[in-house]
Amino acid sequence: MNGDREAILGRVREALRVPAPRHHEKPAPAPGSIATAPFREWLPVVGPTHEDRLASFMRLSESLRTEFVNCPTIELAGAHLAKLASDHGWERLATHAGDLTDVLAEHVRPREVLRIESDYDKNALEACDAGLTECECLVAQTGSVCVTTRSSGGRALSVLPPHHVVIASRAQLLPDLTAAYELLAQKYGASGYPSFMGFINGPSRTGDIERILVLGAHGPKKLTVLLVP
Amino acid sequence: MSAKTQFHADSNVTTADTDRRAFVRRALGGYKTTRAKTETAYASWEHARDAASAIKYEGINHLDAMLEQFEQQFTARGGKVFWASNSQQARDYILGLARDRGVKSIVKSKAMTSEEIHLNDALEHEGYAVIESDLGEFIQQLKHEAPYHFVFPCMHLKRDEISALFEKELGSAKTDSPEELTMIARRWLRRHYIEADMGISGGNFIIAETGMISITENEGNARLTCAHPRIHVALVGIEKVLPRLADLALFLPMLGTAGTGQNMTCYNSMYGGPRQPSEQDGPEEFHVVLLDNHRTRLLADPEQRDALHCIRCGACLNVCPIFKNIGGHAYGTTYQGPIGSVITPHFRGLQDWKHLSGASSLCGACTEACPVKIDIHHHLLHNRRNAMKEKPALLEKLMWKAFSWFMNQPRLYAFATRFTPWALALHPLVKATPLDPVQSWTKTRDFPDAPTKTFRQLWKERVR
Repeated sequence: MNGDREAILGRVREALRVPAPRHHEKPAPAPGSIATAPFREWLPVVGPTHEDRLASFMRLSESLRTEFVNCPTIELAGAHLAKLASDHGWERLATHAGDLTDVLAEHVRPREVLRIESDYDKNALEACDAGLTECECLVAQTGSVCVTTRSSGGRALSVLPPHHVVIASRAQLLPDLTAAYELLAQKYGASGYPSFMGFINGPSRTGDIERILVLGAHGPKKLTVLLVP
Repeated sequence: MSAKTQFHADSNVTTADTDRRAFVRRALGGYKTTRAKTETAYASWEHARDAASAIKYEGINHLDAMLEQFEQQFTARGGKVFWASNSQQARDYILGLARDRGVKSIVKSKAMTSEEIHLNDALEHEGYAVIESDLGEFIQQLKHEAPYHFVFPCMHLKRDEISALFEKELGSAKTDSPEELTMIARRWLRRHYIEADMGISGGNFIIAETGMISITENEGNARLTCAHPRIHVALVGIEKVLPRLADLALFLPMLGTAGTGQNMTCYNSMYGGPRQPSEQDGPEEFHVVLLDNHRTRLLADPEQRDALHCIRCGACLNVCPIFKNIGGHAYGTTYQGPIGSVITPHFRGLQDWKHLSGASSLCGACTEACPVKIDIHHHLLHNRRNAMKEKPALLEKLMWKAFSWFMNQPRLYAFATRFTPWALALHPLVKATPLDPVQSWTKTRDFPDAPTKTFRQLWKERVR
């Protein structure tokens, strides 16, 4: 049963028999473009070098209240994670299997580490103080972290624990959202996209009460991004 | 009471509440400054608007193909699409699902479509507990009140009112800190995300190319709603289509900027199907309810079809002098403000809702603020014209006839205008009373001082 499919499509086709006036040129995207119209050049622009991207990501992280740490080595990233754990008194950390997360998670031992695998206990995840994940990429233009079920241990790990720590490598810092979509298309376009993909911009927030910003509405109260070479 | 009478009665009450008006205006003043600042980061906000308008045009003007493509892609990923012509069909489908699957508790993220079809009432009537998880919606639900603004549901409430509400409904301690109030809601709602077996969301965009629903939010409650409950239902209007996934690279930042002045909203999530075989979590079932509910009626009007380009950012409300003064509830509609005044007559009847198109100063601030360049204030004029064409006001017609006859009688005109300075001089005696012929104006407004001479007299006396 799919409801009133034919009736709705019928009404749509009938309605569209009279064309609507076009107030703009018909969009003509560049060959190979994955969007419907060209728009990349009108959005906030990020310079061509890695340093430009880094500067943009750092500036936006500050305004989004993301803690961003550029770590010279993965050991130093681990040390930073260990410091977060002791400063905030973490007892339990949740993470998923991954090249970077596996190395990093060792630094919070002997604290309990919950590995998010198929059929994990969601109550155990809720009891964790932090979630450590990898990501698909970082976006310099918007200060976003792009996560998917594939890269970041499912849907809940990056949103349920009160502190989300992301570990990313230098090559993952992309200039803009279009580049992020190009990456996703290239990686998953043929084989099938993950069932959840998301851009995270800073810790969870709300302005619902008197339009005053409060961090940690329902998602993480803190977001830390550790960048390693 | 007709919608129009109700509207006049309600807006008289709300405009008299100057304290609340000042409060709402102050809140929206902050929006104006942050948005202006964020816009400057764009290489060209105006060109970005053009591109957004062009892309929505492609989506809406190929809506049949877009919806079919969406359905095909989404179904291939294990999702289920239900097409609802009206509120009843959408409600029945969701109720049926809840019944069939033995659902016990439901958590909801923000969805204006659910307000539109009165979904919560229907579910609660059948005995289901529905928890609104967006903070603003949660507050409005506790208050048993409709959202005040379709993006900022409780922007009219002050912290002490919210604290009193929480004290009464949740038994929490009194506080005047927005942060503490937010944490009370956070603690209250947290268990529900894990225990609920059905999550209901709306959707900001339908992606035809890849069969996805994109959801934009700040709090993380929608992400939690779509993570653990075993059934996810997204209730989305058919007009939300975008042709391609990468179009979001334009729309996500623009929605954030126009909506709240952010460079991008905190969470922008794309959902393409239920949990896939290799994934750790996610719902077993994902249903998308595509809602028409008279959207095709608006689609059939080529002149106003671009009103379906709306991405519900709420920018037109935030800048509207009418909204700022009468407030969101006076409209009596699901979608408030200028865009609501444009679309409601199409959804719920032109004659019953045409008065909203009169509640406009035609200043055009809405059109200027719109990220997808909908010609909002002209559409208000189109509604006025269409309403008059459909049902001419005979008395008014007669008055215009008499007026145009009179204006074509130079001698009579000259004779009559001699009395106008006298008439105007006497006007203060009856001003704003029922004896005043222009009472509907003077009741709430000043009238200019009376000139002492007519134009003809001035013309005669001019220095040659």
